[in-house]
Amino acid sequence: MAFPVTPRQLHLGVDLSDAGAHPAAWRTHGSQAQRLFDAERLQHLVEVAQRGTLDLVVLDDSFSLQPSRSTTLRGRLDAALVAARLAPRSRGIGLVPTVATTHTEPFHVSKAIATIDHVSGGRAAWQVSWTDDEQDAAHVGRGPALTEAGAVAEAEEAVEVVTALWDSWEDDAEIRDQATHRFVDRARLHYVEHDGVHFAVKGPSITPRPPQGQPPIVVRVGSEASFGLAARHADVVRISATDRDEALDLRLRLRAAAAAAGREPGDLRVLVDAFVVIGPDRASARARLDLLTELEGVEWDTGSLTHVGTARDLAETFLDWSAVGAADGFVVRPASLHTDLDVLVDSVVPLLRDARAFRDRYAGPTLRDQLGLARPVNRYAAIA
Amino acid sequence: MGARKQIHLGVHFPGVNNTTVWTDPRSGSQIDFTSFEHLARRAEEAKLDFFFLAEGLRLREHKGQIHDLDVVGRPDTLPVLAALAAVTDRLGLAGTINTTFNEPWELARQFATLDILSGGRAAWNLVTSSDAFTGENFRRGGFLPHDERYERAAELVAVARKLWDSWDDDAVIAHAGSGQFVRPGSVHEVRHEGKHFQVRGEFTTPRGPQGHPVLFQAGDSSDGRDFAAATADVVFSAHSTFEAGQAFFTDVKGRLAAHGRRPEELLILPATTVVLGDSAQDAAERSREIRLQQVPGPTAIAFLEQVWGRDLTDHDPEGALPRIEPDVENLDITRGRVRHVKDPRSIAAAWRELADANGWSIRQLVIEVTSRGGFVGTATQVADAIDRHVQEDASDGFILVPHLTPGGLDDVLDQVVPLLQERGSFRTDYAGTTLRDHLGLTRPAPRATRSTSDRALVG
Ligand SMILES: Cc1cc2nc3c(=O)[nH]c(=O)nc-3n(C[C@H](O)[C@H](O)[C@H](O)COP(=O)(O)O)c2cc1C
Repeated sequence: MAFPVTPRQLHLGVDLSDAGAHPAAWRTHGSQAQRLFDAERLQHLVEVAQRGTLDLVVLDDSFSLQPSRSTTLRGRLDAALVAARLAPRSRGIGLVPTVATTHTEPFHVSKAIATIDHVSGGRAAWQVSWTDDEQDAAHVGRGPALTEAGAVAEAEEAVEVVTALWDSWEDDAEIRDQATHRFVDRARLHYVEHDGVHFAVKGPSITPRPPQGQPPIVVRVGSEASFGLAARHADVVRISATDRDEALDLRLRLRAAAAAAGREPGDLRVLVDAFVVIGPDRASARARLDLLTELEGVEWDTGSLTHVGTARDLAETFLDWSAVGAADGFVVRPASLHTDLDVLVDSVVPLLRDARAFRDRYAGPTLRDQLGLARPVNRYAAIA
Repeated sequence: MGARKQIHLGVHFPGVNNTTVWTDPRSGSQIDFTSFEHLARRAEEAKLDFFFLAEGLRLREHKGQIHDLDVVGRPDTLPVLAALAAVTDRLGLAGTINTTFNEPWELARQFATLDILSGGRAAWNLVTSSDAFTGENFRRGGFLPHDERYERAAELVAVARKLWDSWDDDAVIAHAGSGQFVRPGSVHEVRHEGKHFQVRGEFTTPRGPQGHPVLFQAGDSSDGRDFAAATADVVFSAHSTFEAGQAFFTDVKGRLAAHGRRPEELLILPATTVVLGDSAQDAAERSREIRLQQVPGPTAIAFLEQVWGRDLTDHDPEGALPRIEPDVENLDITRGRVRHVKDPRSIAAAWRELADANGWSIRQLVIEVTSRGGFVGTATQVADAIDRHVQEDASDGFILVPHLTPGGLDDVLDQVVPLLQERGSFRTDYAGTTLRDHLGLTRPAPRATRSTSDRALVG
């Protein structure tokens, strides 16, 4: 393979939801489906991802069960608590739970993510989600479902409140001043005084500023509404694209929209969802997908980059998309976690490292370190 | 060994009030996970029942500004407990969560998740404290008069229990051959139409190892006690002295029969502090030093201001009590903590009298009137006293509150617990794996074996 002299550095995440991205993954040999909700199963997957110095793991969540039209698998744990459970016994790797804004309180969301950041030493991010689903609304019973545009607008307001609450404590607010017996300097604690369309929140947070200052915001773009939210607020944008040009176009438009919103486009990390079935050769990868398809009874419809083939081909695709600027990296969605994650880490990652496009050790202790994002200045800090 | 009543002990992570001394050189972070891990690991090594976290959803204010004299700031309750589940195996994990500013669907799945992630060690301390002040951080704002708070709490628990019971215990079969992940018919739709909640749907999360997390309740009014008698597995009380403890114990256990429950189905665990010394005199001396650390001059003045309702910073804490009368119009000078000042003028008069009679300064007076007892003595004396409280029904055990973060209970765990073990009043090892096992509480029956009254509520 011929690589450019200094290839762009890739960012790689992996989705640890369910038994894998394929709905029939739980039915295949070795899936440990009986232990689907066992924290030690997840802890092991994180260890594997960490062996590959991946940037982050993502955990899906929703207030409803998996829709029965998409899989027979049933059941979810609260993703934020799973991320917290995985934190003390991992290092380097980012932990990214999905937390919805539609039926939750921004005050609670803010301190939950801040706390995952504290217990992990700066490795939390928040994947923002929202819902226009009638079922979700019925679970909470506070009113009818919002429209998609309405839910995204509320999510944007929630992001503004959550991130303001993270800044509501300046880093050096805790002074422990023996002379005056003051524990905090109240001038460095701030009321956020949010009075918006969907909620009013006074602040400050009860939780001090998280180690990263602002844990990264992750937004999945799937519509015009979420595009705007991502361009204005996301540090990491997850996109779906089936070919390189589509990804390139979307990435460039996102960067332009971010710039138009007054942001530095270089601060955006655009990651493409990559569904993978990896085998020692194309035929065996294909055979494994055929088995999954047969179990499920319908073709696997992913809506994004889908690789059924060898580790070498996948590495080439990643490098190729990255080289032309179609992606800053990928969120890998292994068809079967118990098979494809090991292959990703032990076969794909070494090829990317050989190409000098991927780290062989963590850049620092925090997720921002892995993403190459600076720690933000506090919006309330007095300018000297 | 006979049938000694078994003591139950929990550790309380230091709170954000002046019990916690931060001026001591040994005082560590109240935020770093290492502090939580230290206390939890030490408690588990000593075979304690559980680790406990309090909660407060708005920073306290005094005279219209954030109160800055005590420890301020703490992480979110449930993520800390989930993280502790990764570094402990047996210790119960109890979290305080307000029933006013949360919705049942979300809370039920959070506690089910914690129970699953910890292998059956979750507990929920239900608190009802709520006021418009705290409400300013939430969508709903301030609402709910006192009696409706317990009504909402009771309905919230009822809904949560329906959700926890809506998955049968053995629902997950993961049968690859047939493609059945859950056994058909084992996940039941929940329908609830009530005054405070309308909830409908299939719950997301399997039933936890304990069926339901252990429910604690901390509230002292008659409403609170009735709620506990009807609903809770454990009462967290503030009545730690022997006489008050016995009175509270008798009162609350006496309320159980009306709800068809037996006395051993509700445990009463007061909060208490312990100060140890080589001799009784040494312990008393240490206790006095700790009280002085807990009540520095500015804290004494701020405490007095809560009763006087006015600024007293021009008074010398080492001097006499104010001669000026309390401002009775200004009773919420301190906000965000549970305190009931009834008649400030008579309190002020009584305190002046006390101070005059004993020659106390402001600071000495505050130290005296805010002392809540606790155990002070040699390890043997303290073990005797704790055992006596439990054997003679002043409590079923205690929640130990340290004054230092994170090592403030190390000496108690090292010196007192072994003595309780020697006399056969405290376990020398865990007999089971879940918090219900430790507390001797039965696991709630699954839905299938319940009466039909539930059924009607489920579609
Ligand atoms: C020992 C004890 C501990 C408590 N801990 C908390 C707490 O951590 N957070 C909170 O919001 N309220 C706490 N409370 C307040 C109670 O939940 C309740 O709101 C308060 O006691 C008033 O209710 P009542 O009128 O029934 O006593 C505590 C109360 C007691 C007695």
